[in-house]
Amino acid sequence: MNNILVLPMVIPLLTGFVLFFLRPSVRAQKLVASLSILSLIAVSVRMLLKIRDAGILRLDFGGWKPPFGILFVGDSFAALLVLTTSIVSGLILFYAFAATERRHENMFFYPFSFFLVAGVNGSLLTGDLFNLFVCFEVMLLASYVLVTLGGGKSQLAESMKYVAINVVASWFFLVALAFLYGTIGTLNMAHISVRVAEAGQGPLLSAIAVIFLIVFALKAGLLLYFWLPGSYSSPPAPVAALFAALLTKVGVYAMFRVFTLIFYHDSSITHGLIGAMAVLTLAGGSLGAVAYKDIRVIASYNVVIAVGFMMLGLAVFNEAAFRGSVYYLIHDMVIKALLFLAVGSMILLTGESRIDRMSGLIRNYPLLGWLFFITMLSLAGIPPFSGFIGKVYTGLGAVEGGNYWLLLAGFLSSLFVLYSLLRIFMNCFWGETTITREEQRPLNKKKLIPLSLLGALTLAIGVGTQVLAPFVADAAHVLANPEIYIEAVLGEVQPDE
Amino acid sequence: MEVHMIILTGVLVTVAVYLLLSRNMIRMILGTAVLSHAVHLLLITMGGAAEGHVPLLGESDGPYVDALPQALILTAIVISFATTAFLLVLAYRTYEETGTDDLNYLRRVRRE
Repeated sequence: MNNILVLPMVIPLLTGFVLFFLRPSVRAQKLVASLSILSLIAVSVRMLLKIRDAGILRLDFGGWKPPFGILFVGDSFAALLVLTTSIVSGLILFYAFAATERRHENMFFYPFSFFLVAGVNGSLLTGDLFNLFVCFEVMLLASYVLVTLGGGKSQLAESMKYVAINVVASWFFLVALAFLYGTIGTLNMAHISVRVAEAGQGPLLSAIAVIFLIVFALKAGLLLYFWLPGSYSSPPAPVAALFAALLTKVGVYAMFRVFTLIFYHDSSITHGLIGAMAVLTLAGGSLGAVAYKDIRVIASYNVVIAVGFMMLGLAVFNEAAFRGSVYYLIHDMVIKALLFLAVGSMILLTGESRIDRMSGLIRNYPLLGWLFFITMLSLAGIPPFSGFIGKVYTGLGAVEGGNYWLLLAGFLSSLFVLYSLLRIFMNCFWGETTITREEQRPLNKKKLIPLSLLGALTLAIGVGTQVLAPFVADAAHVLANPEIYIEAVLGEVQPDE
Repeated sequence: MEVHMIILTGVLVTVAVYLLLSRNMIRMILGTAVLSHAVHLLLITMGGAAEGHVPLLGESDGPYVDALPQALILTAIVISFATTAFLLVLAYRTYEETGTDDLNYLRRVRRE
């Protein structure tokens, strides 16, 4: 049996429930959370290796054969992201152990972080479109709680907008599902793909595809990112890092899944649209990143730029570009966590969030300064770090496909990323120190260790690409050839007709 | 029958959009609730609500109605219930903190 597939969702879910009852003892909460994260990482690695050896795994719940039951499907793409999610959320939690205020810890901060991870992992692994909706909701409900937790005026006002926009996005998801079910009559993704291929992607199905595009664009922040900078810059650093690392990436993943597996027939409409939206996202994100002076807002606009860049791979639509996007997704989860935690630490240490009110921090906190420098290089795509390989493959794919405009937009945006972060670096870390040794707030080791580990991880992914390469190649191969996925799901059960 | 239900869905969406766009927080939340009812109705219509019998063996000879959309709606109702409950609590907390339920005013609070 492939029961291992359900573990990445069940472990965090059960941990969340256990943590609820451990509310009085923060120490016990931390212990259980650490053990759970470690087991989650172990399970993810094991799942990834199993997929390498045995091909795509499938788990039919309750023994209902596809296309009738709900099922989980694990391919390399999903497994890689589950592994990254586990590691990154683990490191963010370790940071949160040191940085979260007592009143948050008592108010179920950890349980809801685990529910969030459960929702993310469920969304990555599910092979059923309605189940994807449910997992999205699990993730979103947890995120609603986290975004509002302990909030003051502005955080609550910002949360209201975040919740409202997501409720409307979920509504669109249900509308799209209703139309799709009315047209195709199935919810199993592989089966939908078969039936769409049989029926041909006519105008009706293309319209449904566009509704799905709107749904995932809202969730991922592709063009429809107007809600993102506000709601990602108001919560405390660990929450913002969880959101930046995980939430939008799930939207990106869902977009890849749906538009490579199901709606890939009429590429001039859907993929042309995705390309245009990606370029506009890159442009808007770049302008936002250089326009503001609040470092949290600058970091949030960097999330937007990254989403645009990943979507270039989907718009180009060939195997090399997919490979680039998979690398970039993994890289971006790591580096956005690091960026948001570093920015959060800066605000915690100085009590300021504007770049013109900070100066010379590198003298006070040299390690933090160097970590921020690494983040900047990695995000811009400088070779020894993890951002490089993703950009190279996306670029290769774009050249192969002849999409030179997309290529140009992608690499121009990298310059904006570099400029926006360089501005933070030069203003906040260089120059005269404003904090004397005496009044310098200490940055304790407990916070620095997770930050350094994330920094080491981005270097490790960059240097050790060789280790990841076979998994990423397999992930991109499955994305480019949906029949492999369909064969793995519907293999022995021949679809009807 | 289906035509009536589709029209009703349309009416519900219209009402919901009107409520969503209003300045009052509670109205907006009611809007999301009505919006979810509209989509539930849409889902059940898509399953072919009008024709067919109860999908239970031995009750009739068929044709049976598709049971899946009803399972989907049940799930969706639970989710929208949870979301609405959360939104109401959030609205109350926001009202306690800011002393207003006017969304236009909240927009000004945000950038203070």
